[in-house]
Amino acid sequence: MVVLDNNDRKGKLFTAFMSILMKDMRAYYLKPPNISWGLLFPLVWTGMFFVKSGMGSENILSLLPGMVSISILFGTTSMLAVTVTFERKAKAFERLLLAPVPLGLLMFAKTSGAILFGIFNAFVPFLIGFILLTDFSAFVWEAIVPAVILIAAVSTFLAMFIAVSVSEVFEAQTFSNFFRFPMMFLCGLFFPVSELPDFLQPLSFLLPLTYGTDILHGAIAGNNMMPLSFDFLMMLLFILLLFVLALRNIHRKWVM
Amino acid sequence: MSEAHIRVSGLRKSFGDVTAVDGISFDVMDGELFGFLGPNGAGKTTTINMLTGLARPDAGTITVGGIDCTNKMKSAQHLIGVVPDESNLYPELTGYDNLCFCGGLYGMRSSERKGRAVELLELFGLAGVAERKFSGYSRGMKRRLTIAAGIMHSPPILFLDEPTTGIDVQSARLTREILQELHRSGTTIFLTTHYIEEAERMCDRIAFMVNGLVVRVDSVSNLVKPVEGREVVQASVLGTEVPDLEILGDLFPDYGIGRAADGGIRIESTGKIDVGVVVRVLEDQGFDVAEVKRTALSLEDVFIRITGLEAGVMNK
Repeated sequence: MVVLDNNDRKGKLFTAFMSILMKDMRAYYLKPPNISWGLLFPLVWTGMFFVKSGMGSENILSLLPGMVSISILFGTTSMLAVTVTFERKAKAFERLLLAPVPLGLLMFAKTSGAILFGIFNAFVPFLIGFILLTDFSAFVWEAIVPAVILIAAVSTFLAMFIAVSVSEVFEAQTFSNFFRFPMMFLCGLFFPVSELPDFLQPLSFLLPLTYGTDILHGAIAGNNMMPLSFDFLMMLLFILLLFVLALRNIHRKWVM
Repeated sequence: MSEAHIRVSGLRKSFGDVTAVDGISFDVMDGELFGFLGPNGAGKTTTINMLTGLARPDAGTITVGGIDCTNKMKSAQHLIGVVPDESNLYPELTGYDNLCFCGGLYGMRSSERKGRAVELLELFGLAGVAERKFSGYSRGMKRRLTIAAGIMHSPPILFLDEPTTGIDVQSARLTREILQELHRSGTTIFLTTHYIEEAERMCDRIAFMVNGLVVRVDSVSNLVKPVEGREVVQASVLGTEVPDLEILGDLFPDYGIGRAADGGIRIESTGKIDVGVVVRVLEDQGFDVAEVKRTALSLEDVFIRITGLEAGVMNK
């Protein structure tokens, strides 16, 4: 029997990880319609809010955190929830489950493409701000970049959780909206959580995007409502929780 | 064939109130071509899913290549290739890209998997459509590529679930030839099928599975031994009336008389059956004999005897 040493094993797992990631990038995320959708969606949202806010470049600073968050959230959830459900339906996902790759690594590989796609989406609003000559000098990029990555990760794992919970592609879309639209309203994207009715405010703090957007508000305009360290901690906890929940559901529902 | 490559003991799986697999045990030896034979719904696919890691057993143990799959399934998956009953490759990728991707899942290096993909596309007669998307393949081509994907990483153990079901004759023949070649080269093959002739022609040993139970495991030669030299004559008559088996039994006390699947009579004997006498007796009783055929007993007859299932149930 072939016995793999530890380095061999790690090398093979890395190859498997990259194969899944590159296959997904080629098959889904780098397809021209998806790239254009990834550009179009943030462009339209940013343009819409920019016009509504009076078109002053100073307004971009208050719009950017919400725009970045919403672009990532919609980009990742739309793609991953649908592609995983589609592969599951076509039984292609079984091929992944049959591979000698630990389930956690397999799902991380599967979600990495969506995370990268989310990060790509996030920088479209920044590009628009750059074109509109927004002053980026006060931006704390050391906080913005990890915040973008964390928002992309948490949105992707939410999408994975959704994908595991449904069996049809159309259900993936409708179930995604069940989370996405309340988050647009409740997570302080375009107005502070403190302006929400009192009875809704506790709900905001149960949603991961509240913390991610708060980091962006702090890093872009200095108006975060919670300490950034607390926001980062909460984001990491949500990422862990969603990943573990999704894996548990996969074990329970897909490896029956 | 020296040691057990796959060892299954007390394997059980239920879905709600339905027991799909009911405490089965068997061994598959190193280098053996092992057939798993049973009608649809017997529990074959559930068994193969448990052996390959797509389903969790409720009870029992599985050892593959010496690895206990109960807690080390991912380690065992290095050793196995799986060809499921439905093609499960990526419709939007080409045949070549699908194979390269499958190789990547098993950690094959880029140059290694490219070379192997070209080799397999040649072997399976798909070189001409290597750059065509999988969604554009015919059913037979899809099946062949799915088998190629299963052996992409040259696994020492190969599981195939109904590999020739629903495909054209040419693809089925090519598939059988390739399986025989893999068998000759020492690959352990676990083959589920409901084609009895296919199992009889290809397998070293066969397990009969019915209603979640393995009712018999033996070599093909041992299974057919009790019926070797026995002869069967089947006669069908015109009209709606059927011959009375009791009367025929009295007339031919040395023969075994029964009803054939088509409603005619089936006569079985350890010696030679005089067909002329049979026809005359039927005609004397007022029947118009439409057809009489003499056959040797086959594995299908053995299967029917052992399982108690009706003839033709495997084709349903």
